[in-house]
Amino acid sequence: MDSRTSDRQPLRTTAKEGLKIVVVGGFGVGKTTLVGSVSEISPLSTEEIMTQAGAAVDDLSRVQHKSTTTVAFDFGRITLNEHQVLYLFGAPGQERFWFLWDQLFAGSLGAVVLVDTRRLTDSWYAIDRLEHHQMPFVVAVNRFGGSAPTLDQVRDALDLPEGVPVIECDARQRDSGKTVLITLVRHLTQLYDRTPAQELTS
Amino acid sequence: MNPRPVDREDPDRLYVVTGGRSTADDTGLDLVTLIVSECEPSPGQQSEHARILGMCRTPMALVEISADLRLPVSVVRILLRDLLDMGRITVRHPASARSDAQRPDLETLKQVLLGLQNL
Repeated sequence: MDSRTSDRQPLRTTAKEGLKIVVVGGFGVGKTTLVGSVSEISPLSTEEIMTQAGAAVDDLSRVQHKSTTTVAFDFGRITLNEHQVLYLFGAPGQERFWFLWDQLFAGSLGAVVLVDTRRLTDSWYAIDRLEHHQMPFVVAVNRFGGSAPTLDQVRDALDLPEGVPVIECDARQRDSGKTVLITLVRHLTQLYDRTPAQELTS
Repeated sequence: MNPRPVDREDPDRLYVVTGGRSTADDTGLDLVTLIVSECEPSPGQQSEHARILGMCRTPMALVEISADLRLPVSVVRILLRDLLDMGRITVRHPASARSDAQRPDLETLKQVLLGLQNL
């Protein structure tokens, strides 16, 4: 197990700021593929405890008596510069994992909603939650062959607010993954540059 | 991605490493808080504590420690809290946790953008 640690490039000693971006999407849509294509390390997996009720467990002493499960999630990282390290999390989009989202979203820069046009409805819940959390996001369409529907049709089908970027993506391609992240950060910059802080917090 | 019973692994292990303590208190440790050891592992230490000190000779995010120890995030938080209380680690909190602001400042975003473009 220790070999997993040593196989991996350690962070620079100057690293001081961990940042987060969350990739959400339905099962099998390519979240881990996207994370892996831009990450400097092979995606790692870890888990968090959830009770059957879906809330984070509040007392581990009851683990043995309570029906408790764990939910796994993947992540990768990108060293941006001397100080900043960006962590990318792949979060399961299903409703029962909402408790995990709160933890992933807290302090996140923003989110990428990865969609499979054959299963657009899988994204509805995720988009709804993001809007509820006032978490800025972009939509990346991971094509699995074929070109229909168009991006505009996807926008309509998902009933996206104006201004939310919708882009094509091939989750397997590093450059494509990079473009998705750049699109998100540009979107954030524009969003925050023209919106006074008071408006967002009100 | 599918939830699976903790019981299948080793529930006793989770109980033992945390001393059965609650995770309800807010440790203020985010998934991406970077942890740095302030001392070397020593004999007689709880093995998880010793392993964390060994891993964090260079900064390491909480979530990476969790992955390497194969322990859930909440359990790792408790272990880190212990080490923090004993002064054996220091933490580098994400900027977002340092202020009340719900959003990153523009300077941070500009640096992130530049970093991504340079990849």
